[in-house]
Amino acid sequence: MSGFLVVAYLTAGVLFIRSLGGLSKQETASQGNIFGVLGMLLAIAVTSVAWVMSGDLASRVQGLGLMVGSAVVGGIIGGSLARKVEMTGMPELVAVLHSFVGLAAVLVGFSSYLHPAAPAADSLRHTVHQIEIWVGIAVGAITLTGSIVAWAKLKGTLSGKPLLLPGRHALNAIVAMAIIGLAVPFIQAPGTDGLLVLCIMTVLASLLGVHLVMAIGGADMPVVVSLLNSYSGWAAAAAGFMLSNDLLIVTGALVGASGTILSIIMCRAMNRSILNVVFGGFGTGEAKPGAPAALPTGEVREMKADEVGRRLLEARSVVIVPGYGMAVSRAQATVKELTTVLREKGVNVRFAIHPVAGRLPGHMNVLLAEAGVPYDTVLEMEHINPDLPNTDVVLVIGANDIVNPGALDDPTSSIYGMPVLEVWKAKLTVVFKRGMAAGYAGVENPLFYLDGTRMLFGDAKKSVDALVTEVRK
Amino acid sequence: MTIIIGVPKETLPGEKRVAATPESIKKIRERGLAVRVERGAGLASGIADELYVTAGAELTDAPFDADVIFKVRPPSVDECARIKEGALVISIMQADRNPGLLDALKARKVSALALEKVPRITRAQKMDVLSSMANLSGYRAVIEAATHYQGFFSPQITAAGASPPAKVLIIGAGVAGLAAIGAARALGADVRAFDTRAAAREQVESLGARFLEVKLKESGEGQGGYAKTMSPEFIAAEMELFRNQAKECDVIVTTALVPGTRAPILVPRDVVECLKPGSVIVDMAAEQGGNCELTRPGEVALHNGVQIIGFTDLTSRMAATASRFFSMNLWHLLGEFGKADTITIDLENDVVRPSLVLHQGEVLPPAPVKEPAPAPKPPPSTAKPAQLQLTSPTRRAWGSTVGGLLVMGLLFTLSRFAPSEFLQHSTVFVLACFVGWQVVWSVSPALHTPLMSVTNAISGIIIIGGMLQVGGGFDVASILGALAVLFAAINISGGFLVTQRMLKMFQQGAPSSKSASGGGHGR
Repeated sequence: MSGFLVVAYLTAGVLFIRSLGGLSKQETASQGNIFGVLGMLLAIAVTSVAWVMSGDLASRVQGLGLMVGSAVVGGIIGGSLARKVEMTGMPELVAVLHSFVGLAAVLVGFSSYLHPAAPAADSLRHTVHQIEIWVGIAVGAITLTGSIVAWAKLKGTLSGKPLLLPGRHALNAIVAMAIIGLAVPFIQAPGTDGLLVLCIMTVLASLLGVHLVMAIGGADMPVVVSLLNSYSGWAAAAAGFMLSNDLLIVTGALVGASGTILSIIMCRAMNRSILNVVFGGFGTGEAKPGAPAALPTGEVREMKADEVGRRLLEARSVVIVPGYGMAVSRAQATVKELTTVLREKGVNVRFAIHPVAGRLPGHMNVLLAEAGVPYDTVLEMEHINPDLPNTDVVLVIGANDIVNPGALDDPTSSIYGMPVLEVWKAKLTVVFKRGMAAGYAGVENPLFYLDGTRMLFGDAKKSVDALVTEVRK
Repeated sequence: MTIIIGVPKETLPGEKRVAATPESIKKIRERGLAVRVERGAGLASGIADELYVTAGAELTDAPFDADVIFKVRPPSVDECARIKEGALVISIMQADRNPGLLDALKARKVSALALEKVPRITRAQKMDVLSSMANLSGYRAVIEAATHYQGFFSPQITAAGASPPAKVLIIGAGVAGLAAIGAARALGADVRAFDTRAAAREQVESLGARFLEVKLKESGEGQGGYAKTMSPEFIAAEMELFRNQAKECDVIVTTALVPGTRAPILVPRDVVECLKPGSVIVDMAAEQGGNCELTRPGEVALHNGVQIIGFTDLTSRMAATASRFFSMNLWHLLGEFGKADTITIDLENDVVRPSLVLHQGEVLPPAPVKEPAPAPKPPPSTAKPAQLQLTSPTRRAWGSTVGGLLVMGLLFTLSRFAPSEFLQHSTVFVLACFVGWQVVWSVSPALHTPLMSVTNAISGIIIIGGMLQVGGGFDVASILGALAVLFAAINISGGFLVTQRMLKMFQQGAPSSKSASGGGHGR
């Protein structure tokens, strides 16, 4: 039986790797998802069989019921969540799912402490097991509360502004030290006497998770979400260590690595290091003391929808730059309609996606896909930037910091050095904006004052609606 | 009493423009001002009187009997006599070339705004008729050149023979020169341009033309974006350059104007004689004497088979568009004279003050020279910020090497006393990390969200941990384990299903067949 189990787990691990590999290309993505499902079904099936065969079934009917019942209930809840969620609500769903993994890791940790699967053979092994539990619960708790805070921030329940307590670095350090320090009495406690210490540590780790994410601004959410994604992986791997289960370790490590890579990709897109994002307190002026940025001079020029519509019809090449504002006003379907009409009239319309546009890695791509935009017209920043000087009209819909020329030429700007979409090189840039407020980073955008820029004020969806009517005429 | 704006018909021979169009009149009417247009004023621009009436204007025979007068060309002395006393006249004035004009206007105690004196500051760009007209005439100059040139502008390779692209030299890369470059490029010509101002290079090159330079270094940057007169050495070097260019060029367009004086001669007789017969010169400075020695203003001169076009009415040859632009410039300018249905002359206004040549019949002292506010500097096209080299390959390589060594060191230390199972698990863990690392790097950015939700589902594998912890009965450990199963199950089904949903959307958007985009229209 045990040999069979090992082979089955190995197969499941391979399926998971193929799943992640498949997800890297559009053509194989669906296949990748199916591999993931197969791997998961195999793992669950084999584990169930092993559980049933591990002893007298009759005496364990209650346990079986408990297990099947929770799996079914959980499956139904998850299924209905996935069915109901709107694509604009994707970041929240992903964040809340991360918290569940964290919660499960905490629960498994406690359970494993109260009732170890196999009694430790010697004191050294006992100690190692205790440490594994300690680490697993700590990572799980941080993931749990961190994800909940991220969820609330994405949902808007909590303000997107970073909460910066005085001496927060010291605070974090003290809590971290306490978590490490408390491990000593826990390991030394005989039997399950360490439960109280374990509970205290769980609370401390939870607070740490809350505080870490509270201090991060809304603009950095893509990084935070992918970081939490990797944490959820590490939590699963830690659970694997405490239960001596290789499949958990492998899978957890895969997920952890994938989340870490996503975080790194996001950070590179903003030209910042992970440490800077997590501990930087972005946009608070702390990073760049005493360098007052010169206010952009010049005039903001407005352009009405009818004029923009005319310019669009006269254009040969149009590029649309969507940002979080498009998601907020749910304008993606209307935007797609605009592109369809323009394309029928022979205008080449493409989309330019900045890596950190939106609140989730790849957020804009998902929204555009939902609206039915063909993905070969959706281009990444590096591919579209060389084309922008030959573009007649750029529509910036609800984006701000990712099109800020200050990032390239203003060393005092807090986003200096971040690669941006160079929309100002196009012949005409129209910025859709509700008002003249600064972007999430709180940085003034000189783009609005350039000669080639026109502003179209108002709700993004209404403005795009007006444009559609205009170009249909 | 409603303020009346009068729009007379232009009387200068050959002038086809008009200072107001139905489009601008609609806007003026919205502001609460009345407009009276002289009968037939727009005919030469293709605007019938009825269109003016539809836009809200009245037709009149006495357009000068108004509070504000919009005109293109300076009013004649005879017209001045008919202007209502104390009115405001807005037009091109060129008082230095129209002696007697100011006296005639003074006699009527009018205020006069000279459009050519509107300062070239950022705010006033939309009121700058010189720029908008220069743009039109630059374009038209190339069109006239193409009409008179007896060949293709674009390169042709046909069964009947090949024809190389026409070589076009544009002298002066101001607004008109740039418009000419754009038009010539659009026709497919091989374009090169010359300007004494170094700042012009970037603009010339951005339009796809070659920027010519003389060996001598001297900046020609003058006041207000015009070029100044250059030193004799520079001019000699310049002539040498033009002579060489003339030997190969088919078309020369000259646009050099220095404000207030006669246009400089840039194409003397000997340069014209270097051109091949059949070549064309368009002299856009013809009205101010011409950049070419042989130009005859208003005519096409012929010299050794070279046609020298000296039209002075390039804008009138595009009267419809010219009138539209001109009248919109005036509409924007009107915004500087108070709000709604009032017209007030604000002597503090930095657009009005420098362009006002007469105020209630009095000549104003020269406007205090104000440093023009610097225009917002466009971001450098090849900005190279000193970025943190986060993505530098060496830095990355060092990072992973150091990281790897740390992990190895840690494992070595652990191997001294940790139990063998732990080491075995660590091996699996490290290997899996590396596999994940290699697999995920290649992910396309569009798939970041699906990747995240699938890894989310996969991390639900912790369900197995929960299952292993469920024992036989309802003890605490089992219940905790069952709860873990519950939450992990939410993750698994939620994660996979939502990924499936997303990927389906991606597939709908895929251009897999020609009908895919057609199918999208219905939505």
